[in-house]
Amino acid sequence: MSDNQNPRTPDGSQRELGHRDEHGVVGTFADPGLPEHRSRQADRDPEAAKRGERQVAALFGISVIGTIAALVVYFVIPPDGTTAGVRLSTLTLGVAIAFALLGIGLGAVHWAKVLMSDHEKVDERHPIASDEETRVAAVAELEAGVKDSGIARRGVLKGAVISALALFPLTIAVPLVGSVGGDWNVSKLKHTMWKRGMRLAIDPSGRPIKAADVTIGSVVHVIPDVPEEERQSHEWITEKAKAVVLLVRLDPRDIVSEQAPEGEDWSYDGIVAFSKICTHVGCPVALYEQQTHHLLCPCHQSTFDVADGAKVVFGPAKRPLPQLPITVDDEGYLVAQSDFHEPIGPSFWERLK
Amino acid sequence: MTTSTGNAAPKARAGSGAPTSRAGKAADYLDQRTSIGSAVKEFARKVFPDHWSFLLGEIALYSFVVLIITGIFLTMFFVPSMSLVTYHGEPASMDGVLMSDAFASTLHMSFEVRGGLLMRQIHHWAALIFMAAIVTHMMRVFFTGAFRKPRELNWLVGTLLLIMSLLAGFSGYSLPDDVLSGNGLRITDGVVKAIPIIGSYMSYFIFGGEFPGEHIIPRLFTVHILLVPGLILALVALHLFFVVLHKHTQYPGGGRTDTNVVGYPLFPVYVAKAGGFFFVVFGILALMGGTMAINNVWNYGPYDPSPVSAGAQPDWYMLFLEGSLRLMPGQTEFVIFGYTLSLNVLIPAVVIPGLLFTFLFVYPFLEAAVTKDKREHHVLDRPRNVPVRTGLGVAFLTAFIILALAGSNDLIATHFHMSINTITWVFRFLFFLGPWFAFWITKRICLGLQRKDRELVLHGHETGRIVRFAHGEYIEVHRPLDEQERWLRVNYQAHAPLEIEPATDSRGVRRKGYKGDKRMQRLSRFFYEDRVEPVSPAELAAAHSHGEHDALEGGTHAEVEAGAAVGGGRDLVEPEGGADERRP
Repeated sequence: MSDNQNPRTPDGSQRELGHRDEHGVVGTFADPGLPEHRSRQADRDPEAAKRGERQVAALFGISVIGTIAALVVYFVIPPDGTTAGVRLSTLTLGVAIAFALLGIGLGAVHWAKVLMSDHEKVDERHPIASDEETRVAAVAELEAGVKDSGIARRGVLKGAVISALALFPLTIAVPLVGSVGGDWNVSKLKHTMWKRGMRLAIDPSGRPIKAADVTIGSVVHVIPDVPEEERQSHEWITEKAKAVVLLVRLDPRDIVSEQAPEGEDWSYDGIVAFSKICTHVGCPVALYEQQTHHLLCPCHQSTFDVADGAKVVFGPAKRPLPQLPITVDDEGYLVAQSDFHEPIGPSFWERLK
Repeated sequence: MTTSTGNAAPKARAGSGAPTSRAGKAADYLDQRTSIGSAVKEFARKVFPDHWSFLLGEIALYSFVVLIITGIFLTMFFVPSMSLVTYHGEPASMDGVLMSDAFASTLHMSFEVRGGLLMRQIHHWAALIFMAAIVTHMMRVFFTGAFRKPRELNWLVGTLLLIMSLLAGFSGYSLPDDVLSGNGLRITDGVVKAIPIIGSYMSYFIFGGEFPGEHIIPRLFTVHILLVPGLILALVALHLFFVVLHKHTQYPGGGRTDTNVVGYPLFPVYVAKAGGFFFVVFGILALMGGTMAINNVWNYGPYDPSPVSAGAQPDWYMLFLEGSLRLMPGQTEFVIFGYTLSLNVLIPAVVIPGLLFTFLFVYPFLEAAVTKDKREHHVLDRPRNVPVRTGLGVAFLTAFIILALAGSNDLIATHFHMSINTITWVFRFLFFLGPWFAFWITKRICLGLQRKDRELVLHGHETGRIVRFAHGEYIEVHRPLDEQERWLRVNYQAHAPLEIEPATDSRGVRRKGYKGDKRMQRLSRFFYEDRVEPVSPAELAAAHSHGEHDALEGGTHAEVEAGAAVGGGRDLVEPEGGADERRP
């Protein structure tokens, strides 16, 4: 294979340069060989060598001191629980360890640079490819093995072996894949825990919100009103990840459009509630600009206009934030009319199915 | 080996008698059981070339070792569980807060365990340095052409290592279960869900159900401390095996060829230098961990799906993905037959990184194809001598950097009081124009540097000495380059575009495969159409004898840009080391 590649020719790469030779001059420049060795101070002057030795020894000495310091610091300055104490412990221990390590490192490198021989050595390279003889022998070995096994003439055996080897990984893969996805019920992505009559509560205190308490221009982070114990449970964080809502009270005259279909009213007296989960990739949309009624997602800057049905005005999101239909109950608390009318959060393939 | 076999004693030292010293006895014991003697003979004085840029890969390796050392410390105290606990202890702001075991144990190891915060911070800094070292090491390998035959496969191993390291970083970053990393996971979930058909199921696959569920932290823990580091270790072993097998590349210079390797022996020089360098890297990481706070998760709090802070950036190596997501306009989400296709997420988070990594995987083979060069290369290229490769590399980096900056557009906006919308729009254009411009200007700079090299070789260094001739002409004396200086500048090959066989054979029959050849030729022209040939001895002699070397131009290649703009015509060469002086 490598016959015409001449990696074995020392000046293989230079040879081609010489082809255009029109002036009777030798076709290529000659490799001048290794540059002349320049001796270092320590090579010429024993005093300098002695000095270098002392420097190396000093560096290793610094390392020993660093190690001792680190051990002392470990016992003398433990983190005392306060942030400042933890910082002090971290700082002193870190610096002491750094001395212990840098002493060794710089000492060894300095030793190599100043005192060890700096005469360059030359090793020959050999082509990576094995030689022709070896290749022929290798192929012969393989062929002999194939012949011994008889795999070539036993077609059924070959098929059986391949099938068995190809199939057996399923015994691990199927149980693994089957189990890791939980119940695989992806339709859960389309619903949240909001339902008719569920009160809106303040996140994170869980206090229900009275419509009268929400002033114009204010913004409230909202969670469903559920018992305290439920909010301490494992399931809560997953439910909350879908159910969080941002509630804003606008001057009703500012509202340009809403998502409610004809004949329905999803807001209450200028109070509108939208899913807080961005329709781009799901960050909580948390920054509200009162003047422009814009909601900004801090992750990727999708911007939604709350006064205009939370339509996207800028950024990588396509769809408006889904609106939560709300109203008030008999006691004046804000409640949901129903769940969201479309899946919240980032898009997924079957979200409209 | 020819001596007695029944006798247990002599083997490796047939001529010298039984070892008497302790070390000798130990070596004999070992060698009789491991034949370590041949390994020592083979490797102890193995030669490695010296250059600062070869340290970049070492930094990556050593930070990985530091990651393992500090990581083992951390696993002793970290609890990879999402069980909820009410935390009691420091810091006061977290006292009484309901949080996962993972977050609580992170706080515990930071505030209660001696040296715990230090180890956490060293671990995090080491991860950042690890990625940075890998990226710069890849840049070195790319720009010097170290990926050429026989090292193409090792380039692939390296690229796989880059991807594994990204995975390691991301999985580790998410483990403390804080608000910031939780939002990172949430973004991951959003990206995964955007994948057509199987997206929702893949999300369930990762999270064991709906996001965030209670499985993700234990799963990431296994990925982070077993799966990915195991793969990295195996790939590192393969990577280093190749380095030993191929022997290290070397920079061009006198006496350095494709058939030798010039440098210092492993023992003792590199044992001291490389071994010492491990301690230097570890020491600097310890200094960083001790003095520079990083990822103070107690300031963010435990993960909660509701809050998020502005100005939240991922670790630097993830910024390009973040920026890519930020730049994509949202109009590209479509509904087809009722199914939702989120190109506004797929393109930036899957297609763009896919293209970037494909470029990395494919490039060595692409360059080999357009060069039709089958030789082994062990002497590195000077980046200027391969202008298109260098240009493509810089274009790639430009794209990467623009995306990373776009991932920080909110910080740019707040720091420089600019409109975030304007910044985003500027980056949207820059993403397309920047790499193109970077390619163009880099290639031009390379060609310019090559011409400068030609000029230097032909005319020597300017000395600033002005001489006046008897007839009144002024001329500047030039000092010719010494052999080493000249060799560095003439010892390269300027590849020419491929030449292909004609479309039809002698009887006018269309040849099969012509179209493919033609396409490859076009690509090859893109690479090598503009080139600067190295000075030949003939040109140098002509430059000296004629004073005017214009006669040499327009030689073999019409497109060669060689020296067209070089020099003012006349030189006087300073007499130095020979009778090289010629009067014009």
